[in-house]
Amino acid sequence: MTTPNDTDSGKQRPWPKLLTKPTVPMPRAGVVRRAEPIATGTEWTVGTLERFDRALAAHAARLGLDTYPIQYELITANQMLDLCSTVGMPIHYAHWSFGKQLLSQEHGYRKGMSGLAYEIVINTNPAIAYLMETNTLALQVLVMAHAGYGHNAFFKTNYLFRQFTQADAILDYLQFARSFVQECEQQYGWREVEAVLDCCHALAPYGVDRYRRPARLSVKRERARLNERLRFAERHYNPNFAHLHMDETAEPEAQTPPPFDPQENLLYFIEKHAPKLHAWQRELVRIVRKVAQYFYPQRLTKVANEGAATFWHYTLLNELYDAGEVDDGFMLEWLGNHGDVVAQPAFDSRGYHGLNPYTLGFSIFRDIRRICEEPTDEDRQWFPSLAGSSWPEAIQFAMTNFKDDSLIEQYLSPKVMRDLRLFMMHDGEEDREHYHVVAIHNEGGYTKVRQTLAGQYRSESYMPTILVARANDDAERALLLQHRVESGRMLDTHSAETILGYVKQLWKFDVVLEEVDAEGRRLKIHRT
Amino acid sequence: MPTGDDEGFTRDGAPAPIVAGLLRIVDRRGDPPGRGAVNRERFIRRFKDEIKRAADEEFGKRSITDVGRGGRISIPGRGLAEPRLTHDEDSGSRDFVLPGNREYLPGDSIARPRRGADSGGQGDDPGSGEGSDSFAFVLSREEFLSLFFDDLELPNLERTRFGEMSMERMRRGGYSREGLPTNLLPGMTVRMGIARRIALRGAIAESIEELERQCETAQGEERETLLREIERLHERRRSLPFLEDVDRRYRSRVPTAAPATRAVMLCLMDVSGSMDERKKDLAKRFFALLYLFLERKYGHVEVVFVRHTETAEEVDEERFFHDPQTGGTLVYPALELALRIIRTRFGGPDWNVYVAQASDGDCTTEDGHKSAAFIGQELLPLVRYFAYVDIPSSSGWFNRASDLWQSYDAIEGPAFARRAVHDRSDIWPVFRELFARKQAA
Repeated sequence: MTTPNDTDSGKQRPWPKLLTKPTVPMPRAGVVRRAEPIATGTEWTVGTLERFDRALAAHAARLGLDTYPIQYELITANQMLDLCSTVGMPIHYAHWSFGKQLLSQEHGYRKGMSGLAYEIVINTNPAIAYLMETNTLALQVLVMAHAGYGHNAFFKTNYLFRQFTQADAILDYLQFARSFVQECEQQYGWREVEAVLDCCHALAPYGVDRYRRPARLSVKRERARLNERLRFAERHYNPNFAHLHMDETAEPEAQTPPPFDPQENLLYFIEKHAPKLHAWQRELVRIVRKVAQYFYPQRLTKVANEGAATFWHYTLLNELYDAGEVDDGFMLEWLGNHGDVVAQPAFDSRGYHGLNPYTLGFSIFRDIRRICEEPTDEDRQWFPSLAGSSWPEAIQFAMTNFKDDSLIEQYLSPKVMRDLRLFMMHDGEEDREHYHVVAIHNEGGYTKVRQTLAGQYRSESYMPTILVARANDDAERALLLQHRVESGRMLDTHSAETILGYVKQLWKFDVVLEEVDAEGRRLKIHRT
Repeated sequence: MPTGDDEGFTRDGAPAPIVAGLLRIVDRRGDPPGRGAVNRERFIRRFKDEIKRAADEEFGKRSITDVGRGGRISIPGRGLAEPRLTHDEDSGSRDFVLPGNREYLPGDSIARPRRGADSGGQGDDPGSGEGSDSFAFVLSREEFLSLFFDDLELPNLERTRFGEMSMERMRRGGYSREGLPTNLLPGMTVRMGIARRIALRGAIAESIEELERQCETAQGEERETLLREIERLHERRRSLPFLEDVDRRYRSRVPTAAPATRAVMLCLMDVSGSMDERKKDLAKRFFALLYLFLERKYGHVEVVFVRHTETAEEVDEERFFHDPQTGGTLVYPALELALRIIRTRFGGPDWNVYVAQASDGDCTTEDGHKSAAFIGQELLPLVRYFAYVDIPSSSGWFNRASDLWQSYDAIEGPAFARRAVHDRSDIWPVFRELFARKQAA
């Protein structure tokens, strides 16, 4: 969501980049240009921004971009730091981890080690995009095009966002969450609340429904449900029984445990079934779970989302230029920033921090347009239906129907693989000293590289999956978690034990994590 | 939706049609600072002990002008990590794609990077800059000071006058014509409205009478105008507004000094020749800390600076901390001056008097005994607390007690305390000891 303003990657850029690159926009033949740019220089006013937004909106509408209405908010650098610390949300419950985020970002910013994210947009209806007051005119318009049109359109059209998040309810829900956390702190003490939140945060990746559409968020309903829950507890509270331990074995069904469906949503399971949690603790679990669910599609569409936004700011700003609405200085300025954002250091350089989602996404989307407009023989062979078709529609389709892995699988073209010089390596048990190069960006390797890269963006590959396999089926009330080992990749023992510790804090009885192979044989067992 | 190439979009500079894009641009720059502060405070609260330790260390390294500024703090990264479940990189097999191939062909092999070093990518985000074993951030001056002075206080402070520590209170003070809507006084406002209407009506009635008198004598056209004028005035009188802006009255609040504790701190510093740069630095650090502490926790404490060689003089803050001066040593005149100051300016039961003295303890035996006796008999009965900080020579044969320290052995009483400072790192602990909040006895 945020654009790290990679200043360090900019330093190694060979000079003069802009002159050697063929991407410098040249006025397009046949387009009537405005006599005067909308504005020049670096200064801006609200009025200028409004005029630019009108121009952007006109171009966007012409190219068929479907967006939520957009609200821009002008903020200071400090407010931007605040926002970044709470994952871009203007409201959030209080937690030290956000403070940690804030302090480290602020430190980096003050020291000049890292730039600020210069845009944040949140998936709400209307979309809210933040413009930092220190940005220059060109940068503001870049952010408006990137966030206000690119991300905004992606949020509105992409199937995952349509399916999983309710753009109009999240802020209200967070408001509710904040006041609830505050109330709990007053009533039960901040230490208690923090302990629960810490556990939940650690387990948040395991608090999402990955396939089921979540229920609509509604603050009113949440409140009503919560009140009902608390009232029930009060009504049925009997001091005589409160400290009495029920005899579990007396229950008839305790003899034969009911069949148990493995569940993947660990936090949901804890919320509903943890034996000893208080109502308010369950509610905290629920809040973290709901927030995680809201952010789930964003985790799956980093490349697609950023790629689309970057593609659209690039396209829209070039349209502005072609129509004579901005001058050369404006173009040179934002292209510098654009270059920083889409810089991809090579794997063996110091600046390498993994594949840059902006670069990968932007390359893919731009190549879709290229294939539509100027297909080569290779493209006709690889993308027969794409070559020569209308590019706005093709882009729209790609934005609507894919997440990272499927987008790559579908659209990563040989040209992009060559441009980024992607190559595939194998790390196996037979040789722990070396990686083996399996395929590179050539005729024989395209398919393999593409498939492997797509696999890399499936969440199983970077985040081990765990399931709730069994629970509560005897007097011990133990919770059994299961990790299905694929290609022999086991869990890191230390991290597994730490995470189990958190689960145990919520479950309050023994928690065991077993690793099983495809046949269900137990390979290893972790205990707290 | 796609439209024709030229629709919805003008190329001649005429205003473009409004497209359903922009809702509005909201300026939030003036908004009060929000959650940032809350979360910051959470973080500091959670890691208070670590941060305090780091801040204490940091304090020793500061130059004297920087004491009390905010600053960079670095605490151990353990416990800060937000853990997540990961794969064991040394198990199983995996395929992955990297960018930037230059020379490799299928079948080549590349040395596997060592674990812990920047591993082959795979979305591992390498912690930001500092490495994972420490976490650096910047504390503001306020945060820094509150960490320092959190549990310190002036000992034996008595509320010699009734009232609270806060000196300025807002009090009702009459009415004002401007103010916040919440402070509006409806009754008063209506009353003002009535008064205004009565006054205006009277004035209008007078002019009407005047015109009517003229009317009796006037003829023709002149009479017509007069009648119209009279009619206009009648109209005006009828339509006098019930309330006008000028009628509004608000409660007014004015700041007033509330009676409160009055306290004074006398800082006595030895600046004689035997106090070398190191010792002066230590003494100044101590007083800088004391000054900060008082400024922060007891905003209205008076501070008097006295420095002495063989003579004593009262100086201002600037000269106390920054003006070099040197000479022989006599402690007694300084104490005498202190007493004089107390008697003349801070006498009477209203004042809580504190004295802090820093010296290398270099003095003649006679001066020492005289001083000790003077403190015991003259000063102690008048003051709430007398703190002596001894800065002995480091070049001595052994850490023997200084002359003054030995002389002060004679002083007794709960209001007298002394500590020795050998090193920069001692200052803070000594300060803490001297001003630690006493558990309610």
